[in-house]
Amino acid sequence: MAWTREQMAARAAKELRDGFYVNLGIGIPTLVSNYIPKGMRVQLQSENGMLGMGPFPYEGEEDPDLINAGKQTITELPTTSYFSSADSFGMIRGGHIDLSILGAMQVAENGDLANWMIPGKMVKGMGGAMDLVAGVKRVVVVMEHVAKAKDGSEEPKLLKSCSLPLTGAGVVDLVITDLGVFSLDKKGGTGMTLIELADGVTVDEIKAKTEAEFKVDLTAKQNAA
Amino acid sequence: MDKVYSDAHSALAGLVKDGMTIMAGGFGLCGIPEALIEAIRDSGAKNLTFISNNAGVDGAGLGRLLETRQIRKMISSYVGENKLFAQQYLSGELELEFNPQGTLAERIRAGGAGIPAFYTKTGVGTLIAEGKEVREFNGEKYVMETGLFADISVVHAFKGDTEGNLVYRKTARNFNPMMATASRMTIAEVEHLVPAGEIDPDCIHTPGIFVKRLVHVTNPVKRIEQRTTRKREETV
Repeated sequence: MAWTREQMAARAAKELRDGFYVNLGIGIPTLVSNYIPKGMRVQLQSENGMLGMGPFPYEGEEDPDLINAGKQTITELPTTSYFSSADSFGMIRGGHIDLSILGAMQVAENGDLANWMIPGKMVKGMGGAMDLVAGVKRVVVVMEHVAKAKDGSEEPKLLKSCSLPLTGAGVVDLVITDLGVFSLDKKGGTGMTLIELADGVTVDEIKAKTEAEFKVDLTAKQNAA
Repeated sequence: MDKVYSDAHSALAGLVKDGMTIMAGGFGLCGIPEALIEAIRDSGAKNLTFISNNAGVDGAGLGRLLETRQIRKMISSYVGENKLFAQQYLSGELELEFNPQGTLAERIRAGGAGIPAFYTKTGVGTLIAEGKEVREFNGEKYVMETGLFADISVVHAFKGDTEGNLVYRKTARNFNPMMATASRMTIAEVEHLVPAGEIDPDCIHTPGIFVKRLVHVTNPVKRIEQRTTRKREETV
């Protein structure tokens, strides 16, 4: 059984450490905030200018001046601070944020990431994604293992090299899909390693659905904090 | 010299000309200078270039200037929220320059601070770096980006005093403070106007030197793009 969106978010939450400042992208990454272990202090950064992001407001208490980067109404916490977009991206670009968890269209075995444009289609823009992957200390991608087309056909998303325009070159440290977890050596050039399987998923199934070359090391103790 | 004008239209009277470059604060519809945008629309000026993180939505923010086809070019990081934008862009009426959000913020900050260019690692190895100088510092590659400066900046603040000192509220701050510095003619709309001396000088976000004109907008319309809530019973 492949992992559900919730299980992928729960797996991504294992990358959190006490004291981390974290930026979560839109979609499955947003769900990660539901799996922060009790007692662990994690501050969520929202790149539109907030550190210490709280949960959604109670109905009737929405404040138009208080939104996250997905333009959703949110709340503040006792730890919250507000700042300008320039300060916000100073935090991001300056390497002060510990972890960024975001979605992707394609990831290559060398750590290249594509998640902002498909040529020929209306392009909405990269928003803060390019700054996040360039500046944040550790970049974790959470995505479906393959792209499913309307006719049911499947295209691999873990590739030898990205065919879509890049968001960042050599930026991804870890990829969590519905089938398993891969660590990437974005600086050292030793490539991609499959380090975990989702329940009931086999290495052969992953090989069939992956274009990228990867090693298998299911005993690896990844990310020792 | 009195900086306070009676309304957005008089604050902008005679300032907006065809072909100008204008910065408009806000992130999505949060912290946008809606009254000043409306006054720009009513000025009738055309072929405008707007530097703004987003392009509003249909019927709100800069979306209103798309309706009247007054915008020729947008410099933004994300523009997905309006149909009219897509139509005008795909038909070639509207030019678009994408900047990574942090690069956009820093270009504006640099422009206001007299810095003509800077190097950033954002976008190295991507389309964004094409045609730009790439230089190595301490073994890492960085791309050169230039500062941005506008003919006019329009910003929204929560509170302002008669000297032009501004205070923003929560995430409505976003691009407003940098944009206030990056033009020779910054006009601020404020929700609360107070006499100079009433705001604690230690709590001022934008010093009055950057603000040339000021208008008091009572009860501004503030729209929510994504209304997300939780139920009362839930414990957090």
